Amino acid sequence: MGFVWFWLVAVMLVAYVVLDGFDLGVGILHPFLARNDVERRLMLRAIGPVWDGNEVWLLAGGGTLYFAFPLLYASAFSGFYLALMIVLWLLIMRGASIELRAQINTNVWRSFFDGLFFISSATLAIFFGAALANVIRGVPLADDGYFFLPLWTNWRVGDSPGILDWYTVIGGVVALVALAVHGALYVAVKTEGELQQRARLFVRRAWVVLLGITVLSLPATMIARPDSLANYRAFPLAFVVPVIVFLALAGILYYCRGGADRMAFTCSCIYLAVMMVGAAVGLYPRLLPSSVDPAHDITVQRALSGAYALRVGLMWWALGMVLAFIYFFVVYRMFRGKVSLEDSGYDH
Amino acid sequence: MDALLLHRLHFAFTVTYHYLFPQLTMGLALLIVVLKTIAIRRKDERYNEAARFWARIFAINFLIGVVTGIPMEFQFGTNWSQFARLTGGVIGQPLAMEGVFSFFLESAFLGLFLFGEKRLSPVAHWASAFLVFLGSWISGFFIIVTNAWMQHPVAFRTLPNGSFEITSFWGLLNNPWALLQYAHNMSGAVITASFAMCSVGAFYVLEDRFSEHGRIFLRVGVIAGLISCVTQIFPTGDLHGRYMAKHQPAAVAAMEGLFVTEKGAGIVLMGQPDEESRRIDNPIVVNNVLSFLIYGTTQAEVKGLDQFPRDQWPSPFPLLFYAYHIMAGLGTYFVLIMTIAALLLWRGKLFSSRWVLWPLLLSFPFPYIANTAGWMTAEIGRQPWIVYGLLRTSQGYSKTVSAGNTLFTLLGFMGMYTILSILFIVLVYRTIDKGPINSGPEGMSHGAPTAAA
Repeated sequence: MGFVWFWLVAVMLVAYVVLDGFDLGVGILHPFLARNDVERRLMLRAIGPVWDGNEVWLLAGGGTLYFAFPLLYASAFSGFYLALMIVLWLLIMRGASIELRAQINTNVWRSFFDGLFFISSATLAIFFGAALANVIRGVPLADDGYFFLPLWTNWRVGDSPGILDWYTVIGGVVALVALAVHGALYVAVKTEGELQQRARLFVRRAWVVLLGITVLSLPATMIARPDSLANYRAFPLAFVVPVIVFLALAGILYYCRGGADRMAFTCSCIYLAVMMVGAAVGLYPRLLPSSVDPAHDITVQRALSGAYALRVGLMWWALGMVLAFIYFFVVYRMFRGKVSLEDSGYDH
Repeated sequence: MDALLLHRLHFAFTVTYHYLFPQLTMGLALLIVVLKTIAIRRKDERYNEAARFWARIFAINFLIGVVTGIPMEFQFGTNWSQFARLTGGVIGQPLAMEGVFSFFLESAFLGLFLFGEKRLSPVAHWASAFLVFLGSWISGFFIIVTNAWMQHPVAFRTLPNGSFEITSFWGLLNNPWALLQYAHNMSGAVITASFAMCSVGAFYVLEDRFSEHGRIFLRVGVIAGLISCVTQIFPTGDLHGRYMAKHQPAAVAAMEGLFVTEKGAGIVLMGQPDEESRRIDNPIVVNNVLSFLIYGTTQAEVKGLDQFPRDQWPSPFPLLFYAYHIMAGLGTYFVLIMTIAALLLWRGKLFSSRWVLWPLLLSFPFPYIANTAGWMTAEIGRQPWIVYGLLRTSQGYSKTVSAGNTLFTLLGFMGMYTILSILFIVLVYRTIDKGPINSGPEGMSHGAPTAAA
């Protein structure tokens, strides 16, 4: 049961990163890709009907985490207190900036929310990357399963790390670049003409950076977490994960050059998903490793809810996911194709 | 400052502010479905315009509800980690189900409802409105199930390590407390939306702008308002109160300001509780009524606070007393004003009765106050327990999060929510000022707003 729920939560978080990832990416890019208000509105309209649903994966994932692994939820959320609160504020600012921008038609109003949208999207991407890196690096868990990390200390990964240190900042930059590329590919899929060309150009340029930082993140992880390859050594088959990562990266560039934006976007989805799966494989059965004593690790078994709750949960979870897939299918189908500024009653 | 107090204030502030928005969302979702149903059945375009107008306000309101709701889902872990760890095996269930069953539904179909009117047939668009309504009411249900378990824990067992585990899924969802609280709460949400609709309707009629739509708002608002105001008191409030008297007698004694156990207890309509000398100053009392309300006979014995040790009194006790009295007093006012308005509507005189339109215009804040006061009654009434009878609030908060960090983020939320409030008020006022006629599905402007009457 623990194995199952570990991967179910992982799937929800992967769904969050892949889906909300592209609208975060649009937020990161829209000051650079869009040259005028029409193009900015096009980019916003491309994510308008879907961003909120994408974000629900975070909420549903968080709720499922609480349900399946109460100790992890309690420990991680209180331990990363400040970072989480900042994430919450950024989510508030970001949601407001997407939806309120079109409410008043003046340049100052729109520019203000454009700026807010960019800052909140970019900072969120960095924080999400850093969060994953924190989990990989481990935190100073006490034996009761709790810890508290300040935002930063001395920027080293040693005994008293902060939420931000050199390693987690690398994680943040990986996320920033990867989501920007992801968002640009989504823009290329959803738009035409010059905007589409600029999005493709951005991907081709940013791709080199993404490749570089992805390569860099591997030895960095080995330094921050020397035993992170233990599971891979135990199950050599798992080495297929990094292979897929680099194949997907190659696919992004190949398809983007050829103008096959959908395929390139799919490769980007695979890249993000498999990066996360790679981290999950390295972690299992730990949910949150201790940086001081492996005996304090929060493991799947230690944090798992009761057997009855998990059994019932599996039933409604499966039903809920089927429904969610139907909703997403309906919505994405309804708003498929290139966006235009004409056919909607509700503006962005 | 004391860490426990700060954690309590942190949650109280963020949840109180948050719930200002969902109450309108849930009530308005229902009223929008009503408007759209009438539009289809009578083939009356004005009702579609009315629905579109309220959809614009709904969209702004929904947004603030969503962004202020996200922190709630996380605060169990951030600020109440001991509580989260011990209770996750029970209330993690409804909280996760809310995300899976409600938020996906709501967010998906809100997109279709707001953006898709031109792409969808009228019936499909109606269905999208209905699904948004359904999603928001499912969401309310799971939150109430969570809260009801904290008020009245059922269907659980305690494990050796002190944590709780669910033993019956249906037992948890069918918690009698949850069903009563849900009915009472949803009725309260419809009251908020009805008063909002009446207020805008009265504004348009009094201003003589968009008065044709104003009358539609008044008609729908007054009828929905009357029904929901009555059900708020009877049966939902009445049953909920009796159930509470049975299971949380200390809370009821404190709400009513009953210090001493009495046969034929009177009801205190007004007064100021003095905790030290254990009496109510300047009381206005109606004899025997409290016994009658709770037990149906005027001579029944009602337990007073003297039956409970001092450390089991809800705190802060005077705030509980006031919150309950404000809720009950406003509830009575709601029935009164809506009955008068409904009678006038029936006689065809409402739209010219300025003496009723003015109070309707000005009354929209009161349901917000009443709903807030009702929740304060429930939440303070549960004190000093975070899970009634099982876990004290002082055992629930995050010990690792210092008072300084808590205050920092509390101030942050206060600042952020101040800005959100300003934006919300400005934007809703603009929407009302623009009126319902410009909000066609084409997004086209029909020129300057003119009175349609």
